[in-house]
Amino acid sequence: MTTATYHAPASLSEALGLLAAHPGAQVLAGGTDLIVQVRAGRAAPSAFIDIKTIAGLTGVRRSGEGFAIGAATPCTALLKDAALCAAWPGVVEAANLIGSVQVRNRATMGGNLCNASPAADSVPALIAAGATCLIAGPQGEREVAVTDLPQGPGRVALQPGELIVELRLPARPMGGGDAYLRGIPRSEMDIAVAGAGVALVLGADGLCTAARVALGAVAPTALLVPEAGAALVGTRIDDAALTRMAAAAQAACKPIDDKRGTAVYRIHMAGVLARRAALIARDRAENNA
Amino acid sequence: MNDMSAPPYKVVGTRPVRPDGVDKVTGKAVFGPDFAASGMLHGAVLRSPHPHARIRAIDTSKAAALPGVRAVVTGADFPTLESLTMALGESSGDVLDIARNCMALDKALYEGHAVAAVAATSTLIAREALQLIAVDYEVLPHVIGIEEAMAADAPVLHDTLFTKGLDATPDKPSNVATRFVMANGDVESALAGAAAVASGRFTTAPVHQGYIEPHACVASVNADGQTQIWASSQGAFMIRSLTATILGMPISDIRVTPLEIGGGFGGKTTVYLEPVAVLLSRKCGLPVRLVMTRDEVFRASGPAPGSVVDLRIGADKDGKLVAADIEFRNSAGAFPGSSVHATAMCSLACYRIANFRVTGWDVVSNMPSSAAYRAPGAPPVVFAVESALDEIAMQLGLDPIDLRLRNAVRPGDPGPMGMPHGPVALVECLEAAKAHPHWTAPLAPRHGRGVAAGFWPNYGGQSTATVSVAEDGTITVVTGSPDIGGSRASMAMMAAEVLGLPYEAVRCIVADTASIGFSMVTGGSRTTFATGKAVVEASEAVVATLRARAAAIWGIEDDAVTWQGGAAQAAGQEPLTIKAIAAKAGQSAGGTIAAEATVNPLDYAAGLAVHICDTEVDPETRQVRVARYTAVQDVGRAIHPSYVEGQMQGGAVQGIGWALNEGYVHDAGGRVANAGFLDYRMPVASDLPMIDTVMIEVPNPAHPFGVKGVGEAPIVPPLGAVANAVSRAAGVRLRDLPMSPDRVHAAIAAKG
Ligand SMILES: Cc1cc2nc3c(=O)[nH]c(=O)nc-3n(C[C@H](O)[C@H](O)[C@H](O)COP(=O)(O)OP(=O)(O)OC[C@H]3O[C@@H](n4cnc5c(N)ncnc54)[C@H](O)[C@@H]3O)c2cc1C
Repeated sequence: MTTATYHAPASLSEALGLLAAHPGAQVLAGGTDLIVQVRAGRAAPSAFIDIKTIAGLTGVRRSGEGFAIGAATPCTALLKDAALCAAWPGVVEAANLIGSVQVRNRATMGGNLCNASPAADSVPALIAAGATCLIAGPQGEREVAVTDLPQGPGRVALQPGELIVELRLPARPMGGGDAYLRGIPRSEMDIAVAGAGVALVLGADGLCTAARVALGAVAPTALLVPEAGAALVGTRIDDAALTRMAAAAQAACKPIDDKRGTAVYRIHMAGVLARRAALIARDRAENNA
Repeated sequence: MNDMSAPPYKVVGTRPVRPDGVDKVTGKAVFGPDFAASGMLHGAVLRSPHPHARIRAIDTSKAAALPGVRAVVTGADFPTLESLTMALGESSGDVLDIARNCMALDKALYEGHAVAAVAATSTLIAREALQLIAVDYEVLPHVIGIEEAMAADAPVLHDTLFTKGLDATPDKPSNVATRFVMANGDVESALAGAAAVASGRFTTAPVHQGYIEPHACVASVNADGQTQIWASSQGAFMIRSLTATILGMPISDIRVTPLEIGGGFGGKTTVYLEPVAVLLSRKCGLPVRLVMTRDEVFRASGPAPGSVVDLRIGADKDGKLVAADIEFRNSAGAFPGSSVHATAMCSLACYRIANFRVTGWDVVSNMPSSAAYRAPGAPPVVFAVESALDEIAMQLGLDPIDLRLRNAVRPGDPGPMGMPHGPVALVECLEAAKAHPHWTAPLAPRHGRGVAAGFWPNYGGQSTATVSVAEDGTITVVTGSPDIGGSRASMAMMAAEVLGLPYEAVRCIVADTASIGFSMVTGGSRTTFATGKAVVEASEAVVATLRARAAAIWGIEDDAVTWQGGAAQAAGQEPLTIKAIAAKAGQSAGGTIAAEATVNPLDYAAGLAVHICDTEVDPETRQVRVARYTAVQDVGRAIHPSYVEGQMQGGAVQGIGWALNEGYVHDAGGRVANAGFLDYRMPVASDLPMIDTVMIEVPNPAHPFGVKGVGEAPIVPPLGAVANAVSRAAGVRLRDLPMSPDRVHAAIAAKG
């Protein structure tokens, strides 16, 4: 019988060494995807490399004007960082829609991203916020935009031996606000049928100067929809602009019919949620002007 | 009981703490998967990955050779079909199907159908051994949906299945097991003369009972054949007789000990694992445990049937129902038996309708064999009927409760099978619903209000109880009825009432099959009624003995002694308490004071329920929120009102789930796509408002305290109540369950 080995490295370099030494190893963060997959026979890593034991990989740090979130930080810990909550409430809220409190006490945004489910809740919020991730590997470190990481269901642009060290969020711009909303048939403990993250900036004159709209669960990966963001720029986020934005979001959707909902409904919801998220982001931006 | 309207009860009707409560909240309770025997092996079941496949051969040699593996069984280890048929005689059908469902023989009939099992020294080794079993499958075309399965060119599951109940016996096998027809009067001419007719097709998805505790058992077989089984179920005697029959064993060789049950809802009234565990244990001589995973529970244990219902119901201009024509098809899953009789019987049981024709079809397809689920058969057809009544009320501009009152059955009316209705209290329930503040509360924008009624016949059946007096005068009540809803408390309360003792002086347990006489499953809402009757009879026999003992002590006639307040009383004597009498039992010729009663009552009475539901439909997401819910029910007599309310609330919630988001989803390959609680969307607590309850007590004269049975009636109305509320809120009739947001969106979009 072949049994996987478990490793609890104390440092990043040790973790990278273990990843190099064990082909077929997988990083273990919260384990709320990985352990479930192993138990269902859908994953069979040769080794688990636990990153929760690595000093410095858990917790939120100030990084210049922005934030660095260690890859092993559980979602509920984000709620305790008041500055992060004030700057990027949409990201923190998205991460805290995942599963239940018990799940979120373990689950990480890094795991949410690397598991690469099209319906991952924190990913559209991170993309809208313009987040990047710091990746370490045999060739050293690199920084990649979150939007460039997901490649398809279950696939991310990580090379063998690489892992995510931290997620980075920029400083909130003056007049900035963000929001993430998802659609689920129940009120909690459900997987998004569609999700929308919006981050935008209002100028002193109340006109939108920048906007990013990202969608989840409507394509093989989370989508950044530049046309939807562009529809808001230069407007007061009025009804006409929201309608154009929602139409652009819907036009970008390439969903499927599955157990969680129909393609038709997902497209419908992408528009509804993007619109509602944009209104929340606008309110937040007005309060931050 | 002489005056049932003003009972002078001391214990019945109060709300004491249940005796099993402490164990459950402290985690001490031993549920099915918790039990362990010393030296126990761990089993695992290999299941078909194909929804329909012929099994050409199974090679288990590599698995058997794996170190740590102690036993392997396949369908070939079961007694042969022929020998079973001979042993069972005429009524062979069902048990043969149950045996084949426990383990496939020549054909796997659904994805998840058991094909082999292994017992090993660890679960990991058992699972690894499963991968070493080579099954040679010939994959066959499969069929899942009801109408697809009924089609002339559908793949046929059983070439021995010839439709029963047709005018002429068919010459070809098909997937249609039975046609059942119930008719009266002239439907067509009555419909032709109706002022309002509602018609259409209504569908419901197969839904799972959703108990939290998975199926689990431990079996231990000795060389002399004596066998013990520990399992949680709705009937230890059911496990005993099914296992013995399937394996051709004398019933008395098997002793089944019931463990604490973590939900059953009808789904634990059959066997899946026990015969397999017995075969494994018999091969290796050690105890063997089998526990299903959640995935196995969804793929291999009984959902309730899905259904397709076509109907036409007509009323005259005053709202008097004149005719109903109903044709329904139930999906039985892999083996026949989808409660078509109960479906037909419950379809129109609430209303006086002179002309009706109800046709039911029992249809097999490549899904897990369906199992009972609270009021089996009733909710889907009642959803269709109650939706149609809502349409008629709208067409005629009538209040929906008034429409139902105009047609409600009364005691003595002809019942669904021609027998007169017993003490049905539908009128009382409807009037209570109408008087409830919920019915007249103003509706917020985007909200809709729905109402629906439901009938369930309830049941009696065989039960045994013993009541014994301990040396200190405290009482032990023993039954053979697994406690799935607080029945140990209710039994203790009824005994305490008869004995004139406080509730705390009476303890009730559920015994194993060797320690109490035969008792049917806890099902059909029968336990508080039938087992309760046995407990009352045994308690009364104990009281008679206590009075006789006191009479002997006092040297007077038995008849001169009365029993009150837990003591014997007679003129001119100091009362003799039960404690004093029990203390002297050892010196009396009669000895220990105890009594047993066995009952098989037929005078059970039906349960009726009326539910009101308010829903809000989000104008953009089309998501449905249940805003307010009131469940009214005639409960006969609530022995323990909290647990009766709990049954009403639980039934309502399971019905709400059925209506809104629950349902099996199959992929194109015929495999279940949502075999887990994340994607099988049962309601979570935050989805629900408080379920308000109103108990109506119109006693059943055939029960000493008036009990009718309350567990099943409350799941009959909610599908219709929720659908009527959503239809009114959305402005379009929702005819297909579940009413998930994408379906509501599509319905509103289709209306334009
Ligand atoms: C009951 C339940 C409910 C859920 N509900 C939701 C929900 O509502 N929304 C949602 O989006 N998700 C949900 N999930 C999925 C899961 O909880 C999330 O995706 C979670 O964020 C995963 O994080 P984790 O830390 O547990 O990841 P893990 O399970 O530890 O890892 C997931 C994957 O990412 C890899 N990985 C993890 N960290 C790194 C890293 N730093 N570098 C490289 N690779 C890495 C792992 O190797 C693995 O392949 C649910 C799961 C469960 C069990």
